[in-house]
Amino acid sequence: MTEGAVLDGVKVLDFSWVAAGPITTRYFAEYGATVVKVESTNRIDMVRRSGPYPGNEPDPDQSGIFCDWNCGKYGITLNLNNPKGLKVVRQLATWADVVVENFVPGTTTKWGLDYRSIKKINPSIIYLSSSTQGQTGPRAKQRAFGFHLASLSGFTELTGYPDRPPSGMFAAYTDSIAPRFSAAAVIAALDHRKRTGKGCRIDYSQVEGAVQFLTPLLLDYTANAHVASRTGNRCEHSAPHGVYPCIGDDRWVAIGVFDDEEWKHLCQAMEMPALAQDTRFSTLQARKQCEDELDKIIAAWTKRYEPRQLMEALQEIGVPAGVVQTYEDLFTDQQLAHRGHHVYLHHDLIGRHAIDSLPFRLSKTPGSPRFPAPRLGEHNEYVLKHVLSYNDDEIADLIASGALD
Amino acid sequence: MTKGDMAGFLKGFRVLDLAEGGTMLCGRILADLGADVVKVEPPEGSPSRKYGPFYHNVPDPEKSLFWFAYNYNKRGITLDLESRDGRRIFKSLAKSAHFVIESFTPGYLDSLGVGYDDLSEINQKSVLVSITGFGQTGPYARFKAPDLVAMAMGGFTYIAGDPDRPPVSISFHHQAALHAGAEGAVGGLLAHYHRQNTGQGQHVDVSAQQSALWTLTAPAPHWDIARFNARRTGSGFISPRTGAFSRYVWPCKDGYVSFEIRLAALTGAGLESLFDWMAEEGKLDANLRKISASRDAVDLDSMSKESLGRLTSGIGSFFLTHTKGELSRQAQVRDIMLYPVETLADVCQDSQLKSRRFFKSVKHPELGVSLSYPGAFARISPQGMRIRRRAPLIGQHNREIYQRELGLSKEDLAFLKQKRVI
Repeated sequence: MTEGAVLDGVKVLDFSWVAAGPITTRYFAEYGATVVKVESTNRIDMVRRSGPYPGNEPDPDQSGIFCDWNCGKYGITLNLNNPKGLKVVRQLATWADVVVENFVPGTTTKWGLDYRSIKKINPSIIYLSSSTQGQTGPRAKQRAFGFHLASLSGFTELTGYPDRPPSGMFAAYTDSIAPRFSAAAVIAALDHRKRTGKGCRIDYSQVEGAVQFLTPLLLDYTANAHVASRTGNRCEHSAPHGVYPCIGDDRWVAIGVFDDEEWKHLCQAMEMPALAQDTRFSTLQARKQCEDELDKIIAAWTKRYEPRQLMEALQEIGVPAGVVQTYEDLFTDQQLAHRGHHVYLHHDLIGRHAIDSLPFRLSKTPGSPRFPAPRLGEHNEYVLKHVLSYNDDEIADLIASGALD
Repeated sequence: MTKGDMAGFLKGFRVLDLAEGGTMLCGRILADLGADVVKVEPPEGSPSRKYGPFYHNVPDPEKSLFWFAYNYNKRGITLDLESRDGRRIFKSLAKSAHFVIESFTPGYLDSLGVGYDDLSEINQKSVLVSITGFGQTGPYARFKAPDLVAMAMGGFTYIAGDPDRPPVSISFHHQAALHAGAEGAVGGLLAHYHRQNTGQGQHVDVSAQQSALWTLTAPAPHWDIARFNARRTGSGFISPRTGAFSRYVWPCKDGYVSFEIRLAALTGAGLESLFDWMAEEGKLDANLRKISASRDAVDLDSMSKESLGRLTSGIGSFFLTHTKGELSRQAQVRDIMLYPVETLADVCQDSQLKSRRFFKSVKHPELGVSLSYPGAFARISPQGMRIRRRAPLIGQHNREIYQRELGLSKEDLAFLKQKRVI
């Protein structure tokens, strides 16, 4: 609990694991909520097995991804198949303001952790179920990984070149959309509950949330029977619009020209005044007829320069340009440094390590990760004592009975 | 307003939405959650109405499907902020607004005298959500950040596409702004929660670059701990140790499916189930079963390139003999982890979405039709969340808001319209 923090006093019981759920609860932890993350020794957050690990030595307590997404949370282990463990979790469910879970739909009932059961013991609970495809429906219980969901929501088909199969992206795209919608709904629910005393149940489906980012294209199908597809880096309202090679191995700059003014400035930067005068390129429509040719001209120019140099020079004269950044580039990015994007925490085992900070800044009540991600079961004693008021003997008994496994 | 408009968590809270492009999603999320969101456009209509696609392919400011998508549940007024009268009216509106959302170049609203300091003087409870490419301050704060640039600078572009071609972003070039808009809703609601507790408003500063960065899988520890740069691998994963390529986008008879050998082997009924099916159709080479006999053998890092190649070839030929529909249906029945690579048409006809009654019919009286929209971003019970009204026409609610709320007369309105203030 952090005094003065926005969500000071808000209590979150977090059963979620992997990405969507944990990133959602990270928002809450960052802004002062007490987030208790439940794992068990038999069921640890899968992401603990993903690394990256210092020295490449796998250790579930030193997974980089886990530490990025779970800082500021209290980690406990509970055996839900042990009656004493179940009792503890129900006490936590009574304590909590918010429950977050991403179990396979239908599996919470056996532990009495489903919404209806928790509502009986905690009538104003805000209960977020974050699932891949929703709590109901023919595929609700089917497992799916990030790239499957990106395929189900239409994103894979839209990524890559039209003359080839879709290539997709090296990320679980729908996992990045989920936390934003889910966190917004929960915070609004918390505020609403303060005023009305009423809780709610939120059924979030990664696919249903993700397609919001493609709604206009879905409307294009339902209204126009048109099926949009991948276009490489082409954009219908801009030309040239592409990614161009620079000096170095696999180094690129993204450049997009959105009006004729920007086109003239790009020609100026390339020191090609004749190009600016050439009527074959003077309007967007004209440029769209010659995109291949334009791309060749621009690439011949960009490949003589460093991407950052190009970006700064072009932005200086009002031409949209950006370095195609790698993870490494993010660490030398001046703007991210200005934003304080990389925050360093001290972890007991890893030592000093960088995490990514959240994309917004609140001017009066900034959030920050208060402590590193928990080791497995690190806060068992803390939570039992300070959240649930168990004494030492009771805790010893729980340990002996296997409730904290 | 009808009773239906008053549902939801944020009932009673007023939002003035000056944002453009994908950042308009911020106001839409608040509207979806029940807030009274008023989209404020210049008198000639928002520049975002120029984004396609368009209804029946007619580029018309009242037919932009992009506009429809990100402005439903909002009312709309016109106002010229650059005129003195316009700013005066804006300040009157700001007095009773709980949120203002904007995506102008940093400093623009300040230059007009309606930046955060000005707004908080008018209304100390005001929450201003500013969403820009790189944030309000810093060396790149004034850089132009269309989607192409924000996704590149956020690190997404580098990890997408085929290794033998330039990296790409998603072919719907509004992603970073949409992510940033959604972040704006989260940040805005945190500020709102604080305001409700303390009476104190504040300024929420959102960066689209950082929002795009969060589409990556924890880039900070990957570089900081392991000096690892994720790279685009095209339609599969590549083992850093052996260079083996494990496909996850597979061509089939009428498109593509999403399936990865290692994951399929470790989940559900495993590869055995797929091999059984292949055998039923006389398409199984018995050697394939031997290759995957032990679960350990199907480990990307330890499996030989040769074995993986043979498995890929055998499975790939089989997939080519079936459609997406056939493969996904059998996958469900046989418990094989396989999904279709859906086109936008497929999404609209998807059985899971249909069974959840996800698509909703929204009336567009001005077009004389109802259009089928993807429904709410989540299901909330008991309060509910739905599409209550379609996106506003240009100035559609001028009378409702200027006359009935601000008390301007019909003549005032006519005069302001003539002066192009509204």
